[in-house]
Amino acid sequence: MEFLYDLPLLGFVFQIVGYLINAILNTNLAPQTLALATPIALGALCGVMNERSGVVNIGIEGMMLTAAFVGFMAAVVVSDAMPDAEPNAFFGGTPALVVGVLAAIGAGMLVSVLHAWLSISVRADQIISGTVINIIALGLTGYLNRLIRPSGSAGTFDSFRPPEALVDLPIVGWLFNMFLSQGPITMSVIVFVIVLQVLLFRSRWGLRTRAVGEHPRAADTVGVNVIALRYRNVILGGIFAGLAGAWLTLEFNASFQNGMTANRGFIALAAVIFGRWTPIGAFGGALLFMFSEALGVAIRSDPPPGDLGVWLSGIQASYPSLYNNSFSALPYILTIIVLAGVVGRSVAPAAVGQPYVKEGAH
Amino acid sequence: MKIARKIYALSIVPIIAIVLALLVGAILIILSSPASQGQLDLLLPIKAYEALLEGATGISFIDLDRDAVTLAISLVPSTQALTNTLVAAAPLVLTGLAVGVGFKAGLFNIGGTGQVLVGGFFAALVGATVAQQPAPIAVTVAILAGALGGALYGFIPGALKAFTGAHEVVVTIMLNSLAGIAIVGLVNDIFKITGPTFARTADVGNAALPVLFGRDGNLGIFIAFAMVPIAYFLIYRTTLGFEIRTVGANPSAARYAGMSPRRLIILTLSLCGLFAGLAGAIEILSLGYYPAVFGTTIGFAGITVALLGRSHPVGIALAALLLGGMRAGAPLMQIEADIPIEIIDVIQGLILLFLAAEVVIRRAFRIRAETVAPDELQTVSRSYGEGSA
Repeated sequence: MEFLYDLPLLGFVFQIVGYLINAILNTNLAPQTLALATPIALGALCGVMNERSGVVNIGIEGMMLTAAFVGFMAAVVVSDAMPDAEPNAFFGGTPALVVGVLAAIGAGMLVSVLHAWLSISVRADQIISGTVINIIALGLTGYLNRLIRPSGSAGTFDSFRPPEALVDLPIVGWLFNMFLSQGPITMSVIVFVIVLQVLLFRSRWGLRTRAVGEHPRAADTVGVNVIALRYRNVILGGIFAGLAGAWLTLEFNASFQNGMTANRGFIALAAVIFGRWTPIGAFGGALLFMFSEALGVAIRSDPPPGDLGVWLSGIQASYPSLYNNSFSALPYILTIIVLAGVVGRSVAPAAVGQPYVKEGAH
Repeated sequence: MKIARKIYALSIVPIIAIVLALLVGAILIILSSPASQGQLDLLLPIKAYEALLEGATGISFIDLDRDAVTLAISLVPSTQALTNTLVAAAPLVLTGLAVGVGFKAGLFNIGGTGQVLVGGFFAALVGATVAQQPAPIAVTVAILAGALGGALYGFIPGALKAFTGAHEVVVTIMLNSLAGIAIVGLVNDIFKITGPTFARTADVGNAALPVLFGRDGNLGIFIAFAMVPIAYFLIYRTTLGFEIRTVGANPSAARYAGMSPRRLIILTLSLCGLFAGLAGAIEILSLGYYPAVFGTTIGFAGITVALLGRSHPVGIALAALLLGGMRAGAPLMQIEADIPIEIIDVIQGLILLFLAAEVVIRRAFRIRAETVAPDELQTVSRSYGEGSA
């Protein structure tokens, strides 16, 4: 196999492929990608829930940030109240962490209620509603964080350690490692993605949701309550944004910093479009985007051998910052390309962004 | 008489939104006062807003001395405080226009942040190149470079929307993040100068904006406010402005009238970018260099400014003065009342919230819905799900 690497030009391609295969199979790249993709995928599920029923949501960033803060604060309060609570065998969960997650979900849903009310009942411009949420969330969490200056921490959930025998199995062992060496929120993502995909395309609720997103008038005519369905979907979508926030402060980090979502909500929006408004597609988009990020880290710590490595480390030596940042730029560039229809067009649900007015009820 | 009624009709909802936002902000300050004061302090909002006003204008009503609050009315505005307000308002006027002009054409330019960064970056690079030239030439060239940079960065979503139908909201959100990432890399790797402890570009030398009054009342203030009548003339007194307003109010009517929506979309978003680029240029040429990490919120604040100002250049100027005053007064509020300056962002977001809920406010305050609300806004997110233009 090694002789392939020495071919002119083509050898370069083989080196890249070889490095990727090796990195994916033999390093922690896959589980790391899945972990990093968790908040993106959860945010994207929130986006799918909203947009499939005809409500634009650019406020995912703010929902996540609010949930991250509320979840963290709730966990700190509980952990201060009961400092002796022992972590249980289930992901090292403590009452504080569990309360934190529930609080984060509640916060996500509460912010979603505001978005639903503004977009559906008030019939405000939905993009402005999302902007309101982003601005208030950034300001309010920043204000309260600076004011309260939380000192303690409730720790984080532990990752599950799958038994060695399972991980050592050929092929499936790799999958077990990717999906099981994770914390509880990350592990739950794959379940949510599959369940939502099935529900959206195989259930009565899914059919109604898609109908309301494409042609609310027609759905109304056959007896679907458009307003109620949109409310339900937007508020339930808040659960996912809330979980994404909980991941930030209760699974990935053990602290809260102002603006710590760092555009993840916008990347989630990108994943929705990239995945053409399907849960599986959005999950794929999140994985692809974060694979780029994780690969950047992997190459830095373990550069590929041969010409490729020399070439890459040459670039890295001359342009370290541009080199590192190019891995994070991928989601944005890919999304613009997909939106522009260069590689297949991604078309939003037809009624997205349009408030629904029942006929004769004006 | 007619004009007075029109001004009333246009400004009543924004004024109510501001008052409500300040009220909700006051409640928030009271509820959160135990964290900083140790007890529920019902007077804290008054102290806070008074300090805010004093920081923004110099006018003060009370004298705060640790525990004692004494009445000490001083209605003399301070030049320095007013200068601070103008300095903070100048870029907001421009980013407000960057959003407001887009609204006129039914376009939502969320890309202000990215256009500010690119404009500022262009101004810094060109400014450093002409740093040794005579000041009038250097300043002019650097400012034009910033405007051009912003316009180019506005052209991209314009062209993408016109020719592929990619919705400008998502594209500009992506371009915001992209500009941040790319410029940090470029400054760190290529344009960094040796010497300073942090990564930044070379000094702009003679291209720095000259200070005309006060400690930092520079040329940027005049440039920004000069754009207000220019934008007004452009929108309401030129053929291009008429076309922009027509395509915003009714795209299909515009097409029937022989206007080219494509050309207008590209032109409008480039123009929006130009205004935001100017804002970036002013910020950077006041600072004197481009720091690798240039965190600025003026781009997003432009959305609030434009909506509060009803997308009208005069309204935008007033809204920018209000928000600029809050920004200028916030540091004093933090010192005197011990309230984090982030409260300003909360109030700004609340203003936007109440503006978004305009229908509810009209109903609650029994304000007749006169047809002066900008109709163009109606088309903004409605177009989100549409395919190609």
